[in-house]
Amino acid sequence: MSAFVTVKGLTCVFDVSKPWLNRVLERRGKAFLTAVSDVDFQVEERTTYALVGESGSGKSTIGRMLVGLLRPSDGDVEIEGINLAREEDPAKVASVRAKIQMIFQDPYASLNPRWRVRDIITEPVLTQGGDLEGLAEKLLQQVGLHPSDAGKFPHEFSGGQRQRICIARALASQPRLIVCDEPTSALDVSVQAQVLNLMSDLKDELGLTYLLITHDLTVVRHMADRIGVLYLGRLVEEADPHSLFETPKHPYTQMLLDAAPRVDGFGREVPPPQGEIPDPINPPSGCTFHPRCPIATDICRRERPATRKVGNALVACHLAE
Amino acid sequence: MTDPVLSIRDLCVEIPTRTGVVKPVDGVSYDIAKGEILGVVGESGAGKSMAGNAIIGLLNRPAHISGGEIWLNGHRIDTLKGDRVRRLRGKEIGMVFQDPLTSLNPLLSIGDQLAETMMTHLPISRAEAHNRAIAALKEVGIPGAAERIGSYPHEFSGGMRQRVVIALALCAEPSLVIADEPTTALDVSVQAQIISLLKQLCRERGTAIMLITHDMGVIAEAADRVAVMYAGRLAELGPVRDVLTQPQHPYTHGLMASTPLAAQKQRRLHQIPGAMPRLDQMPEGCAFHPRCPHAQEKCRHAPLPATATAGGRAACWFPLLAEAAQ
Repeated sequence: MSAFVTVKGLTCVFDVSKPWLNRVLERRGKAFLTAVSDVDFQVEERTTYALVGESGSGKSTIGRMLVGLLRPSDGDVEIEGINLAREEDPAKVASVRAKIQMIFQDPYASLNPRWRVRDIITEPVLTQGGDLEGLAEKLLQQVGLHPSDAGKFPHEFSGGQRQRICIARALASQPRLIVCDEPTSALDVSVQAQVLNLMSDLKDELGLTYLLITHDLTVVRHMADRIGVLYLGRLVEEADPHSLFETPKHPYTQMLLDAAPRVDGFGREVPPPQGEIPDPINPPSGCTFHPRCPIATDICRRERPATRKVGNALVACHLAE
Repeated sequence: MTDPVLSIRDLCVEIPTRTGVVKPVDGVSYDIAKGEILGVVGESGAGKSMAGNAIIGLLNRPAHISGGEIWLNGHRIDTLKGDRVRRLRGKEIGMVFQDPLTSLNPLLSIGDQLAETMMTHLPISRAEAHNRAIAALKEVGIPGAAERIGSYPHEFSGGMRQRVVIALALCAEPSLVIADEPTTALDVSVQAQIISLLKQLCRERGTAIMLITHDMGVIAEAADRVAVMYAGRLAELGPVRDVLTQPQHPYTHGLMASTPLAAQKQRRLHQIPGAMPRLDQMPEGCAFHPRCPHAQEKCRHAPLPATATAGGRAACWFPLLAEAAQ
């Protein structure tokens, strides 16, 4: 097995300063928001790597940097050994880009309402100059829709069917990697099950690699081969699903698992987690989780923990064992 | 047994459209007792929010209540008009919506919004309303309530805003709170805080809560009883543990089986074939029969049996009793 995607020291900083006149009048400096800070991970070929975290943890930003919708401020994204940010040869970049596709969260917003399904699905191939003959019909069948649906418009479909169209579009250019940003968050449970099953089938059939971005722990557990937990732009823990769910090492992972409602948790009374995600513009010093951490000590306030191996997991915590 | 706080009987909501009349809520009956949390689950379009809006009189025309009765504390409320409905809202029934930002007025400080609500419904002075507003904010766990009373909604985070909305819903001490997807827009850790807060308030004040959500996990942890809705009808109603672990209606069973469980890794998720029928294409007989693995001839034609008859919980001709017992 080889690493298909290698992410090293990935950082993304947004300039969220006010306009210069406001800065002068209010005597404020520039403000920067570090959405992703020094994240490393690798995705093996034909596996599903899941990034989980709450809103503002930087999971979507990482996905966007991977597909090239955002430029990393620092760090590298290597796909099949080609560094997307630094590669000079446009032909090489284009060849890698063609192998990456993305599925977005909202199937209502990610399909052009004025295009027919056939045009939506074949657009990625059209831009690359491929053969369009019968392509849309074949793909629609592959995702469980009817070939005659190619002539319809997106509004004629339900949410689950639209997400299938998005998947068909993502498959059109025969990608190797699909970045799925919350693919089922907008869907109902029974429809979610249909889409997740379809995604697993396609992965086995076509040998796809998924980067799954979601906040839903049950979906992650079901789909992922490896999981990275993000908090405030940092990767705090990385492990296989079994280790992560059975023996979470990082206090944040433990808190997240405790807080998630369980279908079998009748009348469960757990003390809810304290506090909220801090302001990412002024993140806490040291370990960003320390203000909410039940076991934080002095060193957590001072030093940012390095990632180290604890059991089967990689954990960024001074105290985890 | 004491009288229920809310009791709805055969509630029907109709919307006349160009192509005919559709029924987003069709013959729904349930009770909520004092201090009880009734979970209402269903997929989008099942009519769960529509039923909640009908109770509080917030149906937008042309949707209207076309049949049935709604009783609150022994008074019939579905026939009330104009000003009396307005007095009922807020005073007797509090409402918590999904999106806390759009349910607060961005131009008024939260203190003013709380005070205004209390002065509308309770015979108190502005100064007393102000003090009570601080107490209400403290009760829902907003740190530094006295300092933050003059803050505006945009100065709060999503979780804090939802706490303000809950304070607002509770400030006139209603006997019923309708919480429509109160945690759907929130993160997992904040969701746990809000659910725990709702449970605590329900216990301490004896407020009845109708918790509308699509999240089975939230229902399992918060609700005492659960009503499962499908295509505007009640599919199953009963104590939460029984309904979720031993579902009698094939739809509830399918819904539970398609929920990925955190406790175990399944190879494939169970999937219910097809999708919920559109309101204008409602099948005859049981609305679930085109997707039901156990459907028989009777399901296609005979009108649905009433729920809660002879010990059964499910509105189904062939409830999954035998399978569940195995």
